[in-house]
Amino acid sequence: MDDVFSSFDLVLRAFWLTIQLSVLAGVASLALGTVLAAMRVGPVAVLRRAGAAYVAIVRNTPLLVIFVFVFIAAPKIGWFVGTPFLLKGVIAVAFYTSAFVCEAVRSGINAVPLGQAEASRAIGMTFTQSMQHVVLPQAFRAVVPPLVSVLIAMTKNTSIAAVFGLMEATGRMRYFTNNNADDRIWIFLTFAIGYILLVEVLSAAAITLERRWSVAR
Amino acid sequence: MSGSVLYDAPGPKTVARHRVYNLAALVLVLGLLAFVAWRLYEENQFDYDLWEPFLTPDYISALLVDGVLQTLQMALTSIIGAVVFGVVFGVGKLSDHRWVRWPCWLVVEFFRAVPLLLLIIFVFYSFGIGDGFGAYWSVVIGLTLYNGSVLAEVFRAGVLAVPRGQAEAAYAIGMRKTQVMAFVLLPQAVKIMLPAIISQMVVALKDTSLGYAIGAPGLTRVGKSIYTEFFNQVPTVIVVALLYIVMNLILTAIATWVQHKLVGERKPLEVLQVIGKTDAGTGLTQAGPR
Repeated sequence: MDDVFSSFDLVLRAFWLTIQLSVLAGVASLALGTVLAAMRVGPVAVLRRAGAAYVAIVRNTPLLVIFVFVFIAAPKIGWFVGTPFLLKGVIAVAFYTSAFVCEAVRSGINAVPLGQAEASRAIGMTFTQSMQHVVLPQAFRAVVPPLVSVLIAMTKNTSIAAVFGLMEATGRMRYFTNNNADDRIWIFLTFAIGYILLVEVLSAAAITLERRWSVAR
Repeated sequence: MSGSVLYDAPGPKTVARHRVYNLAALVLVLGLLAFVAWRLYEENQFDYDLWEPFLTPDYISALLVDGVLQTLQMALTSIIGAVVFGVVFGVGKLSDHRWVRWPCWLVVEFFRAVPLLLLIIFVFYSFGIGDGFGAYWSVVIGLTLYNGSVLAEVFRAGVLAVPRGQAEAAYAIGMRKTQVMAFVLLPQAVKIMLPAIISQMVVALKDTSLGYAIGAPGLTRVGKSIYTEFFNQVPTVIVVALLYIVMNLILTAIATWVQHKLVGERKPLEVLQVIGKTDAGTGLTQAGPR
């Protein structure tokens, strides 16, 4: 245990890498996922099908297999050859998470009853007004909780990068565990608490957002 | 497409415009697929040598027996353990006694918030390695703890979803707390939850791939041994991914079928997650991220 605390900066640096991975992958998957969701709810049938196929394929493939593809298989066809490890990890996680983001956003939009849009049009709102004042505000509120769950799961999923040589929190724990056989349980708890803190920050942010946006119905 | 909140029903002009968009999108999608295929061809990924193992009976049986079967076995074992864990801790969280409720809450929250891989690595290096119980059981134990805590939440929500009158009526005819739970609430709750349990199996199935990190058996390891022998990484990843997708789609189909059979058209049980700590997509019949 002394070993861990004497080199606590290693622990902090490992978690910093986890945070970097999570933030970058989070931004990328939100962007890609929103585009996919737009494809899936849009009026163009081909894009709807393509989006659905993407989601079905990516969501049913284990993240680890996607990592194997990005890190081991893709260089064989000349992709991601000189890419830094961090970026490759972000690509793999974002690729996987975008399918779940897409589903969360889509279900949020579907949660707005059709009658709301019809009613706003019936009282003479223009299309833009109905979007701005009726549909989107409701959709945003419905999207936040599932989206935060997706982001939390993603933060935990970044741990898989450890298998492919990124020294983020899980990789660092493995390193400490190998060198300090007697203190395994404490090492594990230290890193577990680190992850729990990350998760708590995210869910606290979500609860604050929800409270601020909540409306009487 | 019958009506959408996002746009008005298209008129004749818009329909014509959409036809053009459709065509453009089709060209784009096909172009993308063609580009990938061309890329693979360019790098000689379609050579027979690379695909040979997947046409050789020995390797096919290795993939199916050591891969698919082991993976399914791991997932099934851990989901059975997880159901038991889930019942115990889910009911524990509903207990009237604080000294039962709080530890259960702590255990469930802990295992739900910790990344599964961290848990598996810890279990493996602490108990599995050397004379321990090995990589296979390390993965199963990790999966059991993680999925069990998710299911505990599902069970709790399921029991709470049973109409209150049921418990009240049971108390009124003189049943004890244990009897109410065992004979009245749980049987009804299980019916609502069965689809959720099956879709949790999809999650468990995908997560067995984490065994790769500690050399546990399963589909990913068979894949690894094939590509280290033949250097056919790309075809292997494609085949392994396809096998996982097929297994998961079949499980999802079963979950949907069970849901129609048992729950009917009613809205499936929403496990309202204490925000955080749970995976997304607990919406039934969907695979969660993990």
